[in-house]
Amino acid sequence: MARHRSEVHGLMAEFERADMLVAAARQAHSEGYRKMDAYSPFPIRELDDALSPQHSSQLPLIVLIGGIAGCIGGYALQYWASAVNYPLNIAGKPFNAWPMFIPVTFECTILGAALAAVLGMLALNRLPMPYHPVFNVPRFVLASRNRFFLCIESEDPRFDLESTRRFLETLSPVEVTTVAI
Amino acid sequence: MADTGHGAGPAGPTGPEPLIAAGYTFETITDRIAGIVQTRHTPFWWYAGLAVTAAASGMLLVSVTYLLFEGVGIWGNNQPVYWAFGITNFVWWIGIGHAGTLISAILLLFRQEWRTSINRFAEAMTLFAVVCAGMFPLIHMGRPWLAYWLAPYPNTMGMWPQFKSPLVWDVFAVTTYITVSALFWFVGLIPDLAILRDRSQTRAGQIFYGILAMGWRGSAHHWHRYETAYLLLAGLATPLVVSVHTVVSFDFAVSIVPGWHTTIFPPYFVAGAVYSGFAMVLTLVIPVRAIYRLQDFITMRHLENMAKVMLVTGLIVAYGYTIEAFIAWYSANQYEGFMLYNRVVGPYWWAYSLLILCNVIVPQALWFKRVRTNVVALFALSIVVNIGMWLERFVIIVTSLHRDFLVSSWGRFAPTFWDWSTYIGTIGLFVMLLLIFMRLLPAVSILEMRSLVPEGRIDQEVRES
Repeated sequence: MARHRSEVHGLMAEFERADMLVAAARQAHSEGYRKMDAYSPFPIRELDDALSPQHSSQLPLIVLIGGIAGCIGGYALQYWASAVNYPLNIAGKPFNAWPMFIPVTFECTILGAALAAVLGMLALNRLPMPYHPVFNVPRFVLASRNRFFLCIESEDPRFDLESTRRFLETLSPVEVTTVAI
Repeated sequence: MADTGHGAGPAGPTGPEPLIAAGYTFETITDRIAGIVQTRHTPFWWYAGLAVTAAASGMLLVSVTYLLFEGVGIWGNNQPVYWAFGITNFVWWIGIGHAGTLISAILLLFRQEWRTSINRFAEAMTLFAVVCAGMFPLIHMGRPWLAYWLAPYPNTMGMWPQFKSPLVWDVFAVTTYITVSALFWFVGLIPDLAILRDRSQTRAGQIFYGILAMGWRGSAHHWHRYETAYLLLAGLATPLVVSVHTVVSFDFAVSIVPGWHTTIFPPYFVAGAVYSGFAMVLTLVIPVRAIYRLQDFITMRHLENMAKVMLVTGLIVAYGYTIEAFIAWYSANQYEGFMLYNRVVGPYWWAYSLLILCNVIVPQALWFKRVRTNVVALFALSIVVNIGMWLERFVIIVTSLHRDFLVSSWGRFAPTFWDWSTYIGTIGLFVMLLLIFMRLLPAVSILEMRSLVPEGRIDQEVRES
């Protein structure tokens, strides 16, 4: 709820094993919590499904668009330069000698798609992000090492400092911490 | 990418040799790899290596500076051999780079888990090899300060690059290759940089790795997009790596010079690139593994698999040589026939004989398991193949150019001091960059090594529930 927003970012539970975190995320979802995130030292496919089951990634579409833009842009550049703006007779070949334009078109396709994949991934993940409240939890440094964290955020309509903490305690965590903003 | 479900991990007694020694956990893997980087102790050999390679890089700097003052005349290139060391070195370096992308992208798509401990190092090798490669066409141009004319940009001259030339295709292929390789390498590094940030005891380390990690926090949503992006990048890098050496081979094959104008060139160049690249990975990994005692991570099985890839690509290259010779005879073209004759018994016969010895005959030793599992033999063989692949490019370029159609235009090429100093200088630069990389960044992917230990796998019940 809005009044929590100014006080805390959320409540974070720490788990020892990956399967405990997956189970906890599933249970939190069935309890009705939606605004939450889980943190793990390696990718766990089940975790994303557990947090938001019908969520689909926009990234492949972005990469497709990047690739198509690179492809069309690469060909258009060569066509315009060689056939429109600066027509030059090279060994009697047509000005628009399309087979000779394939290598550059191909490279531009790959370049466009690869840039879209990386920049798209970073943008969707809102990275770079120099500050994030979860880093206020001292033990969170272990999230990149060997511990697993579930954070229910205060923006969730069902979030309540007392009852959410009680719920998290039932999932047998190592500890539950309040995450300061 | 770390594949949490299908980890081969330590195999049972009947399975193949494990990819990681037994008994490792997330913590011990992290400490073992990050400990190489995050320590106040820099070993003496590192400084010694840096001094030697920095001196060699200094020699490169002097050579290039002198070149800028005097022009390409300081090299041995002259009519009719206009492409000599410059392009030989370019093709050699760019070929070496191919193994990195092959290991990180193609082996990932084929789910070859043995790539895990060597991919980071091989990707760095790719990047630095392409840096060295890219330098050669630029300084070979005569007026390197006008290199930007290669880029298609609206200019006051009203001119555009000539897109029907393979040399312009090369510009696009190599710049795309270095960009995508750098992206692939960096994306793979992000989670490891976060690990180093969180593990850092010093303020400087926290800031350095913190900026590079960009605030990575291992969120489930992030991991999901990260894995998608990494897989897509691997899928994009796979056709790219094949295209790069294909385009490089077009520099030759699209011309009409006997010995260059052949259709076997693209596949034969790609195989040769992978061959030389794996040789270079072995040349570098064998000492690194011994010095940092990484035998638990880079096991005998890794070395043996690389040896097998070398054997196969070496046979493809041998097939390329055979077909070249066969077509020279079968085409009944007198220029093609003379090209072969001149390669075998002409003035550069020694280069051709050495090339066959280094690339075809000696590597047949890899058929024997005893050789493939002998570190010293593998190291020696990898050096032999590196030399052989350099000679291959030298033979293709110099023997084809020095005697073409007109006897009146025949000539010879002999390298000068500056040819050698530039070439050796790039080797120094390459090793220096690798030394700096190994000191600052984890040379083995911590994240991916985690997928090999039991901790990195999810119980089947959780997966299915």
